[in-house]
Amino acid sequence: MRTINYQDVVEQVKGACIRMTCDLPHDVQAMIEKKASEEDGKLAKEMLNIIIENANIARNEQRPMCQDTGMVVCFASIGQDVHIEGGLLTDAINEGVAQGYTEGYLRKSVVNNPLDRVNTLNNTPAIIHYDIVEGDKLTLVLAAKGFGSENMSQLKMFPPAAGIEGAKEFILKVVKEAGPNPCPPLVIGVGLGGDFEMVAKLAKQAAIRNLDYVNPNEKLLALEKELEEEINKMGIGPQGFGGKTFVLKVNIEMFATHIAGLPVAVNINCHAARHIKVVL
Amino acid sequence: MSTIKLETPLTFDKIKDLKSGDQVLLSGVIYTARDAAHKRFIEALDKGEKMPFDVKNQVIYYVGPTPTKPGFAFGSGGPTTSYRMDAYTPRLIEEGLIGMIGKGKRSDTVKEALKGRAVYFAAVGGAAALIGNCVKKAEIIAYEDLQSEAVRRLEVENLPIIVVNDIHGNDLYIQGPQEYLKEKE
Repeated sequence: MRTINYQDVVEQVKGACIRMTCDLPHDVQAMIEKKASEEDGKLAKEMLNIIIENANIARNEQRPMCQDTGMVVCFASIGQDVHIEGGLLTDAINEGVAQGYTEGYLRKSVVNNPLDRVNTLNNTPAIIHYDIVEGDKLTLVLAAKGFGSENMSQLKMFPPAAGIEGAKEFILKVVKEAGPNPCPPLVIGVGLGGDFEMVAKLAKQAAIRNLDYVNPNEKLLALEKELEEEINKMGIGPQGFGGKTFVLKVNIEMFATHIAGLPVAVNINCHAARHIKVVL
Repeated sequence: MSTIKLETPLTFDKIKDLKSGDQVLLSGVIYTARDAAHKRFIEALDKGEKMPFDVKNQVIYYVGPTPTKPGFAFGSGGPTTSYRMDAYTPRLIEEGLIGMIGKGKRSDTVKEALKGRAVYFAAVGGAAALIGNCVKKAEIIAYEDLQSEAVRRLEVENLPIIVVNDIHGNDLYIQGPQEYLKEKE
């Protein structure tokens, strides 16, 4: 049994919140730079160059690349040989978020509930998903998820007869409807299978996945590429002003499902696709 | 493509020749407001009270910035999604609002209200650090309790924006992609 101290979790989460909101991940920046070199739209190339310049300013001045520093989503994988000492892991993650958002001059965008809408003033609570895994490490994958893109996300429970064609049609419709609103170029996270809540979680994991990750499932890899091509053919482009870079990438995650269903979820992420991995 | 320099306050003369797709560098005073502040503007007007600033010929920027870091004039502040202000916008245009800066599509009602009277600009969504550096001075002038959504008076220099909806009924979000696809044919 390995012991991890509560305070160490707080410190790691705090640092990660500041880093992820000020340093655009390398996989995302590399992808935007590649797309900028290929873009041929009138305003489109310039938009991508502004986005790259902005990422560089944010990194150099250590200030947030986007004012919507998001709601923190945390996927925690807890090795079953790990013991947290000194307090609850959930409290430690939230305390790290509170300290990071306060000391890092990040925007506090969380309200206590959707009815009273009172700002909690420290960006907590985070949305935390736990998984128990083998080993003696604690792995936290954090994302700062902005709501311009979150608001454009959708979920639908199809019958199996809809098939992959039904799913594709839905994904294209959701992305087209979103248009310029969620700050394209986008990362599209798609969840297939599971049940109602599982498919949304799969879509979120896909939306914050590293862009240099190659899907090991060949069928999904082909589907990701096909959807990316179809979406970019719409000509909507960066910021919606016309161009070939409407999405940077489509990522798909899949899980077992029921004989009677084909759940599909589309979680949209903006070009500031902020994610970071911390291993304790 | 040429870039047009504009100074606030805007006038009909300054905006009448703007065309959707034009790139503009905006300087002068602008005001910030998101949906929560817009709701209060309308409540004030309905009660016969004044808005916190005279909106005639002014520009409202839809933004909720990050807190200002020591050593900076302003936080990071890119545009927020504009459709959330759609319900309130036509009333403000009636009051003389002449420009809005945000990102994303407007409703048909707003687009109709813009015709002949006001311009909707987009700032680059997500370019918040770069835009933040265009703000030379910022002060909260109303609704401080709304935190990042409080109304601020900003002095900006060469803020890069793009005309989306001009006063002639053009819409870059419709025509931009159409023209791009046409060129590719």
